[in-house]
Amino acid sequence: MSKTFTLDGKTIPFKDGQTIIQAALEAGYYIPHLCYHPEFKPHGSCKLCTVKVNGRQTASCTMLAAEGQVVESETPELNEERRALTQMLFVEGNHFCPSCEKSGDCQLQATAYHLGMMSTHYDHFFPNRPLDASHPDFLLDFNRCILCSLCVRASRDVDGKNVFALAGRGIKTRLIVNAKSGRLADTDFAATDKAASVCPVGVILPKRRGFAVPIGQRTFDKQPIDAYVDNRMVREEG
Amino acid sequence: MAEPRKKLKLATATLAGCFGCHMSFLDIDEHLFELVEWVEFDRSPFTDIKQVGACDIGLIEGGLCNAENVHVLRDFRKHCKILVAVGACAINGGLPAQRNPIPLRAILDEVYLTEPGLAHGGIPNDPELPLPLNKVHPIHEVVKVDYFLPGCPPSGEAIWKFLTDLLAGREPTLDHTLIHYD
Repeated sequence: MSKTFTLDGKTIPFKDGQTIIQAALEAGYYIPHLCYHPEFKPHGSCKLCTVKVNGRQTASCTMLAAEGQVVESETPELNEERRALTQMLFVEGNHFCPSCEKSGDCQLQATAYHLGMMSTHYDHFFPNRPLDASHPDFLLDFNRCILCSLCVRASRDVDGKNVFALAGRGIKTRLIVNAKSGRLADTDFAATDKAASVCPVGVILPKRRGFAVPIGQRTFDKQPIDAYVDNRMVREEG
Repeated sequence: MAEPRKKLKLATATLAGCFGCHMSFLDIDEHLFELVEWVEFDRSPFTDIKQVGACDIGLIEGGLCNAENVHVLRDFRKHCKILVAVGACAINGGLPAQRNPIPLRAILDEVYLTEPGLAHGGIPNDPELPLPLNKVHPIHEVVKVDYFLPGCPPSGEAIWKFLTDLLAGREPTLDHTLIHYD
């Protein structure tokens, strides 16, 4: 008989070595997440996937599943904290959905819809982050970066290129490009890279695509994010 | 016969916005006939009344880009029992707030003094013109906002669902098809 834990009262089977979110997503049970991606090692930074395990809060993307755990996820308390984290991500960057090419395909936006985020609540930082449009096929809009590090992990672990990195600490953490000039054009980044299609928000964007699929007919216009369960089912860009 | 219901007072205003949310409001089409059974419009571009009176509901479109916007917003907050931020600009500054990373002086210089092809008439300084703010702000950074209705603009259906919930005394809720930031 396989080992199990309970998630909001439902019995979830797991294999040894699986994290709570891995087992939950495999069982078709959505836990909000942004920096977690099933194809990559967990980063544990966005904290959206925080659950209560036997009464204590922990990130479900880094916590190993164990026999008999009692896990809570869809509770008003946890969702309120997830909403607050999402609002902080919105005010720290410049997230202007109506003028963003990624709107409707954006996991930050779709997660905010799922959490019923009606306003950004906090004071906006309105940071000044110039674009990098140097590459012939891709542009980088750092205004929308949520520091999930998926492009860092994809470039390092899959593409073997190390094009991206997170520099600085705390509130000064930022996404940088690994070139002397700091420009994407001066790296070996290519459209076929895993890193080119993994961004959950609108930072790494293919040029000349824009609004080819009109707003209103996009991924999360059709179904809410919990219907996709995890990003393997979200239409891959690029 | 029942006494006619006392109508609630509804005011609307656009601050730093494009009137798109007001246009979307008009997209409720024939529901407008139902709405005027429930509410009487006070200050609004629909009535052309310039001063806001004591109101039950105030709908604000647009963010704050100049001193007059702040004055109008505070006046609305003082006069409206329930204040609603309608649309992206009221909620996060929206399109006008995309000037925020650029110093105001650099923007004014480019538009009025240096950009080729423009008249270069000098930066306007008429006392009637409200002074621009250094940055564009969402309205919740200045007054307490009771409800937020996101969208650019929120659809007529979303506005109608919101208003009917509010008028019926329910907590307004928008399902997945009606909540949009774009």
